[in-house]
Amino acid sequence: MTIAIPNWATLGYLVAIVLFILGIKQLTSAKTALRGNRVAGMGMLVAIGVTLGMLHSGWQYVVPAAVLGTLVGIVVARRVAMTAMPQLVALFNGMGAGAAALIALGDFHRVTSSGHPSLDTIGAVTILLSCLIGGISFSGSLIAFAKLQEWMRGTPITWPLQHEINGVLLGALVGIGLAITLLHGGAVLIIVFAVGALILGVLSVLPVGGADMPVIIALLNSFTGIAAAVTGFVLGNDALIVAGALVGASGSILTMLMSKAMNRPITNVLFGAFGKLAEDGGEGAGALHGNIRETNVEDLAVLLTYAQQVIFVPGYGLAVARAQHEVKELATQLEQRGVRVLYAIHPVAGRMPGHMNVLLAEADVPYSQLKEMDDVNPEFPRTDVALVIGANDVVNPAAHNTPGSPIYGMPILNADQAKTVVVLKRSMRPGFAGIENELFYRDNTMMLFGDAKDSLAKLTAEVKLQAAP
Amino acid sequence: MTNVNVVVIGLFVFVLAVFLGLELITKVPSLLHTPLMSGTNFIHGIVLVGALTIAATVHDTIGGVIAVAAVFLGTLNVVGGWVVTDRMLGMFRGKAAPAPTAALAPKPEARPAAQPTPPPPGEQR
Repeated sequence: MTIAIPNWATLGYLVAIVLFILGIKQLTSAKTALRGNRVAGMGMLVAIGVTLGMLHSGWQYVVPAAVLGTLVGIVVARRVAMTAMPQLVALFNGMGAGAAALIALGDFHRVTSSGHPSLDTIGAVTILLSCLIGGISFSGSLIAFAKLQEWMRGTPITWPLQHEINGVLLGALVGIGLAITLLHGGAVLIIVFAVGALILGVLSVLPVGGADMPVIIALLNSFTGIAAAVTGFVLGNDALIVAGALVGASGSILTMLMSKAMNRPITNVLFGAFGKLAEDGGEGAGALHGNIRETNVEDLAVLLTYAQQVIFVPGYGLAVARAQHEVKELATQLEQRGVRVLYAIHPVAGRMPGHMNVLLAEADVPYSQLKEMDDVNPEFPRTDVALVIGANDVVNPAAHNTPGSPIYGMPILNADQAKTVVVLKRSMRPGFAGIENELFYRDNTMMLFGDAKDSLAKLTAEVKLQAAP
Repeated sequence: MTNVNVVVIGLFVFVLAVFLGLELITKVPSLLHTPLMSGTNFIHGIVLVGALTIAATVHDTIGGVIAVAAVFLGTLNVVGGWVVTDRMLGMFRGKAAPAPTAALAPKPEARPAAQPTPPPPGEQR
């Protein structure tokens, strides 16, 4: 292995790992989460301190790179808007994955260029795995970043023979990997291998649609964790193995939670079944015809002011319209008039897991008002107005009562059980799955068309005109 | 210890850590999923430790370039991931209820969130 790790350093890493675990444990509650992150930060300082204390060379490379990385990291992290959190997480995720792949390449170079090539089978396999997973996660994260940042269109990009091409590429990578293992090296081969991994990452994420981003970010997070753990095997470093495994486990859980909440098996998300799903939905759609009741800002303001309980149902559209501050302002006005306000948060609301909670927390919404799906669903029957803002599929009753629907069985928010449902929406365009929403045609539903941010601002102004009861 | 032994023990540790991770994360409420993801994102910045190790074994230009790039990316991951998680969690702090509750008041270490103390990697010496 690269460097013999002395016992004191291993014990130091143990301390770091314990701090990581305690930190993650405290992340499970909103009250202790901030402390949890600081505890984990201490763990990282210990791990880095131990490593620096153990090494005796390489400062000319470490110091400039670390100083630059610190500066860029601080500036980016402090400037980023909370709406841009998903792409930032994707970006940092890619950085970690890229580092893991580079470490594997660096170790490969060290071993094979040191005069007598001595890359043994285990060394080769761990280096190749780290390079493969890290490479896929690096380029995949960058594509996810580009999509979320809207540098690239968010709709699924598909091409013929997609799966076949990916399969052939993966097969080729396995072949090259085998050759490297048998030859105990090969500088050109490893470069081809790394480039192939990067291409595979790009090809895997391109077909994923914008609405599936919560799943793919969680998955890439898990990948980078595993890449870090494999790098631990390359270097014989337990700290990397444990920390990477923790992150890998966390990412996998979130991936499963997200795909369950969207009622889409992870294979669907990954292998671009999106288009197919939309077609299936299209057949069943169009059958829905009925009267749509449109409302206006003035009537809605009166309705809200005289309500006892109002539940906001924010969705992807709210995040896109960046209207969270307007929502909070409206809620404040209503609360001053004695209305009880709650927020119903679907697990996939926003662009990454839990994103809506962060957006609303940024707008100073107390987190005790942010209700998870299971907690808020019993509240709808005794709610006067459910205000659906930019959400569609997560309130579609078809999930309950239309067995043929692509979203049948998906857990939803039962907004339809409120006395009155008001849907703020740009147009009658269906949601990402291309499914018509019968909620819009119900007798207790009214539509308010327009940009969410704009509508909410007007609504707030109108509510202010209403005398406090 | 031979190479094989190190890897086998590593696998041992890896599998146990995965189970521990699954246990820990299952308990996180969806309210905190974004900070959790950003926080675990920071934790996989532990690859910086690997990058520092690689930097210490550099013996030619190619190795140097790889090391510089790896340390840069790793540091960016660690520092950026930590600062943004701290910022995000600061917004959740003390907003449990519209009225300040007694539980939050007596906390002595309650300092303003505008005091981020990012880990300064690579500056220990």
